[in-house]
Amino acid sequence: MITTTGARPDEVMTISASRLLEDDKVMFAGIGQPLLAAGLARRRQAPGLTVILEGGMIGVQLLPGEFPASTNEMRAAVGAEMLTSATDIFLMAQRGFFDYGFIGVGQIDRYGNVNTSLIGAHDQPSVRLPGPGGANDIASMCNQTLIVTSHEPRRFVERVDYITSPGYLEGGNSRAEAGLLHGGPSFVVTDLALMDFEPESRRMRLRGLQPGVSVEDVQNATGFQLLVAEELDALDPVNAEELAILRQLTGRV
Amino acid sequence: MTTSGITAPADTLRARRELESGPSRVREKLTTAREAVAALVHDGDVVAVGGTNHARTPMALLWEVLRQGRTGLALSRPLTCFECELFLASGAADRVITSWVGIGHGWGLARVLREFVEQGRATYEEWSHLGLGLRYKAGAMGMPFLPTLSMLGSDLADRLELKTTTCPYTGQVVHAVPSLNPDVALIHVQQADPFGNSVIDGYQLMDADVAPAARRVIVSAEEIVSTDELRRDPARTVIPGFAVDAVVEQRFGAYPHECYGRYDTDKDAFSSYMERVKQEGAEGARAYVREVLAHGDFDSYLEAVGADRLATLSRVEGLMPQ
Repeated sequence: MITTTGARPDEVMTISASRLLEDDKVMFAGIGQPLLAAGLARRRQAPGLTVILEGGMIGVQLLPGEFPASTNEMRAAVGAEMLTSATDIFLMAQRGFFDYGFIGVGQIDRYGNVNTSLIGAHDQPSVRLPGPGGANDIASMCNQTLIVTSHEPRRFVERVDYITSPGYLEGGNSRAEAGLLHGGPSFVVTDLALMDFEPESRRMRLRGLQPGVSVEDVQNATGFQLLVAEELDALDPVNAEELAILRQLTGRV
Repeated sequence: MTTSGITAPADTLRARRELESGPSRVREKLTTAREAVAALVHDGDVVAVGGTNHARTPMALLWEVLRQGRTGLALSRPLTCFECELFLASGAADRVITSWVGIGHGWGLARVLREFVEQGRATYEEWSHLGLGLRYKAGAMGMPFLPTLSMLGSDLADRLELKTTTCPYTGQVVHAVPSLNPDVALIHVQQADPFGNSVIDGYQLMDADVAPAARRVIVSAEEIVSTDELRRDPARTVIPGFAVDAVVEQRFGAYPHECYGRYDTDKDAFSSYMERVKQEGAEGARAYVREVLAHGDFDSYLEAVGADRLATLSRVEGLMPQ
């Protein structure tokens, strides 16, 4: 991918993700790119975005150059408006206060189901991944879930080995039938594209392309057949200001 | 070893009867880590580890459990850091009840946990973060279960054989998450008085539920203060003394993990541990355990870490509210 600014693929997706965040909303962010996207959005179009972390922090500000390694450390709590218990934070999600949940991916399927638990057999996996952390609760309870990931066939799979964090399950109405009456994935942001979910079938649908990327490129990097929207958006290239703020946050030069 | 399902059935009634039939819980409880662990941590226990990930981990108490050679333990913790690997590698524990295992973003996968789970030598009992929080909350409330949307439709629920229940008023179908009353909880706090009244600064995580849920509780505190001092600002006390069985004074008791407002994580210690297990897997973790236990107690270990290093980690002004 060529950008005029020399942004790396992970920076492109973090910046694309940050643009989806509107001002004066409440967002439950996972560690890593979701938190960076929130920090960037707060410094641009969404200064009133309230960022929630699973350690029990409400309204965190993110110290530039001191990017936390965990959602449960002093660095993550800097500038918080309120510190409460970890359980209470998730109960606020269950109550419906959080506009966005934002998570990463080990594997994802066409219905937006996410696996961060294991590869292979459930009893004796070939790779034991870290587990859900807060992602199962975020995906089950926030009013919508945003997903950010690099776009690779090993991640975009026909069927996830394990549903850690529910998307639309088997599609159609199956999420609601399982008792999940709220939320569900709204957008998937990658270094190649922006996807949403077709409202009836709940299948993943290509909506926009990163600069210099074709529909074929995206399909080739996806292990299942994507729906394609009738009119595709061309996503704006990363601009220099976005990149400068992001790199100030991460402490990268 | 790799059985799915829930470790212990909901046993909130037993936990309540123990309180009713036990001795008075209002007394001075200051003791040493050695005596507290000897009296209160038994082979086969479900051990709730306070804090989460690398925040307020009760490291001094955990080292004492390893030193005394307990076996057959299950460790429960919302987010688990490398302390669980020390227990797996040493043969002290064979089950981890958690929602996540790792050091943190950018540190890679937990190698020793992987080795044990992938070879079928340990069980990762996988809950959602809220799922485990509600297990503690139910235990703390004296109720056998709590309803929630958490884990509906997921494979977590299948593996755990979770049951749903129907709201008797609305008909809504929800998960019923069973209570957890851990056999023993180890919790590190900033301040406690000799009776066990405990102050947690910053984020409480789940510890204000873990303590009342657990059948036995050991608190270690950065400093012991008088009850009169706690009376000046009693809203800071989040664990009542009657929920605590033993109080241990331990400065830097979470090292190399952080303690909010007191000291930061020692990232060099994380790196050196990760390097060891990258080279040698579980044997690297066992060697690390042997080296730390070669110091007679936790204070001797801290002495070897060095006063300068601990002083550097204690400079947390920029990370604290002004």
